[in-house]
Amino acid sequence: MGAATTTVPRAQPHHPDPNENYLKAERGIMSWLVTLDHKRIGIMYLISVILAFAVGGAFALGVRLELFSRGRTIMDADQYNRAFTLHGVVMVFLFIIPSIPAALGNFILPIQLGAKDVAFPRLNLMSYYIYVFGACFALYSMVNGAVDTGWTFYTPYSMRTASSVIPMVLGAFIMGFSSILTGVNFLVTVHKLRAPGQTWTKLPLFIWGLYSTSIIQVLATPVLAITLLLLCLERFLGLGIFDPKLGGDPVLFQHFFWFYSHPAVYIMIVPGMAVVNEIIATFTRRAIVGYMFVAMSSLALALLGFLVWGHHLFVSGMSEYATMVFSGLTFLVAIPSGVKVFNWVATLYKGSIRLESPMLYALSFIFLFTIGGLTGLFLGMLAIDVHLHDTYFVVAHFHYVMVGGTVMGFVGGLHYWWPKMTGKLYSEGMAKVAWFLVFIGFNVTFIAQFIMGSRGMPRRYYDYLPEFEIFHKVSTIGSWILGAGFLTMLAMFIISLKSGAKSTRNPWGSAALEWQTPTPPPLANFIKVPTITRGPYDYHLATEEELSEQ
Amino acid sequence: MSQAASHAESSAASHDESHAGGHDEHHGPPWLAHHFDTPAQQFDAAKLGMWAFLAQELLFFSGVFVAYGIFRSWYPEAFSTASHQLDRVMGAANTIVLLFSSWTAAMAVRSSQLGKKQQTTTLLLITIACAFIFLIVKYFEYQHKFHAGLLPGKYFGHPVDGGLFGAIPAGHGHTPHLAPKAHIFFSLYFVMTGIHALHVIVGIGVLFWIVKRNASGEFSKEFFTPVDLVALYWHLVDLIWIYLFPLLYLID
Ligand code: HEM
Ligand SMILES: [Cu+2]
Repeated sequence: MGAATTTVPRAQPHHPDPNENYLKAERGIMSWLVTLDHKRIGIMYLISVILAFAVGGAFALGVRLELFSRGRTIMDADQYNRAFTLHGVVMVFLFIIPSIPAALGNFILPIQLGAKDVAFPRLNLMSYYIYVFGACFALYSMVNGAVDTGWTFYTPYSMRTASSVIPMVLGAFIMGFSSILTGVNFLVTVHKLRAPGQTWTKLPLFIWGLYSTSIIQVLATPVLAITLLLLCLERFLGLGIFDPKLGGDPVLFQHFFWFYSHPAVYIMIVPGMAVVNEIIATFTRRAIVGYMFVAMSSLALALLGFLVWGHHLFVSGMSEYATMVFSGLTFLVAIPSGVKVFNWVATLYKGSIRLESPMLYALSFIFLFTIGGLTGLFLGMLAIDVHLHDTYFVVAHFHYVMVGGTVMGFVGGLHYWWPKMTGKLYSEGMAKVAWFLVFIGFNVTFIAQFIMGSRGMPRRYYDYLPEFEIFHKVSTIGSWILGAGFLTMLAMFIISLKSGAKSTRNPWGSAALEWQTPTPPPLANFIKVPTITRGPYDYHLATEEELSEQ
Repeated sequence: MSQAASHAESSAASHDESHAGGHDEHHGPPWLAHHFDTPAQQFDAAKLGMWAFLAQELLFFSGVFVAYGIFRSWYPEAFSTASHQLDRVMGAANTIVLLFSSWTAAMAVRSSQLGKKQQTTTLLLITIACAFIFLIVKYFEYQHKFHAGLLPGKYFGHPVDGGLFGAIPAGHGHTPHLAPKAHIFFSLYFVMTGIHALHVIVGIGVLFWIVKRNASGEFSKEFFTPVDLVALYWHLVDLIWIYLFPLLYLID
């Protein structure tokens, strides 16, 4: 299979100069579409996930606009169901899951390892096209009636609805394979392609995060794959496995689904944390306090993530004993999360903090993720969850984790590595304006949802009682501010591409390895294979030349 | 396994400084990819990747195994009576065929390691032949189930005439005398053996590809990784069948 076919033929005669910067080494659209260079594949993923984010964002704004006032505003109930489902599916499967690992990770991971490429470049390109292929299925479903099940595709509704479930589910199934193959590729790359001297304890924390994520991708995604396949077959053949009418168990679907999707939460959040580590170290010019604790907490999150899926099923019918066990296990997740937050705070303490745009996103991450995490504890508490389950409190909670976590991490990382990727600088002033809008807009949108959720506003409802109107209005206005923030950011990056100043090798003065190579990096990543002698955060050992802006 | 054993810690294998100074000129063998430093590093990477992939395959199947366990504990009688409808002789024959093919695949790796190209081809072709035998036996088993109406889910009890591809429901709900819920057993039977058969088909394709590459002289004593990996994959296909056979055919 794929992994078996990984010997890349040697570069042909007349191959491009490996010391030429990767953007210029080869030319023409074809040289991008068939490239085996991890940096270019990373950029292709980047463009794709940003497109997906725009589509998902448009649906979000539509859903919010509908809820601005009571009764019908811009769509009917049926369209509303489809809009929030598409928003969820696109954001989760097309945007968040591939965003940091496949886009930023592809670009940065091999460079931070001092490797020339990922272990299996051809498989890497294949993963990208599998992702695109899966996205096409999702797109087909969208134009072909779309899905109204919610992104969780819960049975028995998903077996009966007339909407176009099968292409959408197949799309998620296919994108799952892309995720698995990326995970396999990264696992092997970290194990086998580290540069001389790059020991496990000198690995950047970004790598530790991606490594942990890869474990989840490889071990959890196949369970989702078989679940979605069974769902398709259930619709085709009426298997009876999930169908209560035929003696099956619809809740079994939920168990299978969350066995993937809870760990998937860590596919979303661990990479975000990993980006934050890099940014904080660079913008405080300090080593992350408790390196080993932070590294191991990524692994702990990855493993604990497999044990807590039952907290999504507290009210779906489980034995009391099982609910208690799942509730207890859920609290354990707070420990590694807390370790990270405390270590970041300890690093910030006494660090010489520079509040440039990547750092603003990293700090936002810590702030918003802490709120998301603490409200998660409420939901993990059995008795409270019975009240809050499927209310807007849950919606606000997971947006604090996913948007406050993953999206802040992704956007922060994009700002941070933008000069390295494109060789261009962007307008710091405009970046700060965008950040301000995003941060304010986000909180306005979702704090309102916490309040109405705790007062009993159910999620996924097309209409609501008069007492919720004010909160919905505030939330919708917040979503416009948020949208304006992302548009500003987009404009800023486009301007940077068109007329940004040229970036120096190490504009942030970072001690990490990826900043030691020219900007943008040469095709072979380094002009000379580096030998690693100090850790990525050993600012006291780094030379002036390494940290200098030239 | 000289390649694998001798370089357990190949990731730390030193980069060959002599030609790292700027040019990508490799003096290594033609099958060594540009981003690897040593054959051992490349071999270890490929092998680790394959193991990770196989772990993923096992977890993929674990979903249906869990479903099997749950429904078996819920409907023990249905599962017991339904499993008697399967043809144990055919199942056992297929088990032997697969075990034998796994052995020939392993022997193919061995002969490839020894550089015996012709023998490798022969062994791989025998493996492929066994895979076809397996599928043919499966075809007859399926055919028989179709005629008897032992079909998954809502088609259960509706015999189908006209062979596998002319699937037109015939007769009217002539349900065989089985305990209620037996249809779930057949759902699982067809899903599990169906996905497994799909793996056999993919395996045939990959094996043919390896035969072709072997015939064109791509492999040697020094480089036989793809043969090794396809054999690993084939062992997994075999292993899964070893679980499916008792679960579906034998357990009362
Ligand atoms: C502009 C900002 C956003 C707004 C206003 C927004 C709004 C909403 C709304 C109103 C729902 C439906 C809730 C329900 O009916 O139960 C929803 C669901 C959801 N959102 Fe967002 N969202 C935004 C951004 C995001 C982002 C950036 C992500 C992911 C990166 C995301 C992921 C999800 C998911 C997974 C669901 C669940 C869908 C479902 O229930 O099936 N959202 N969002
Ligand atoms: Cu969860």
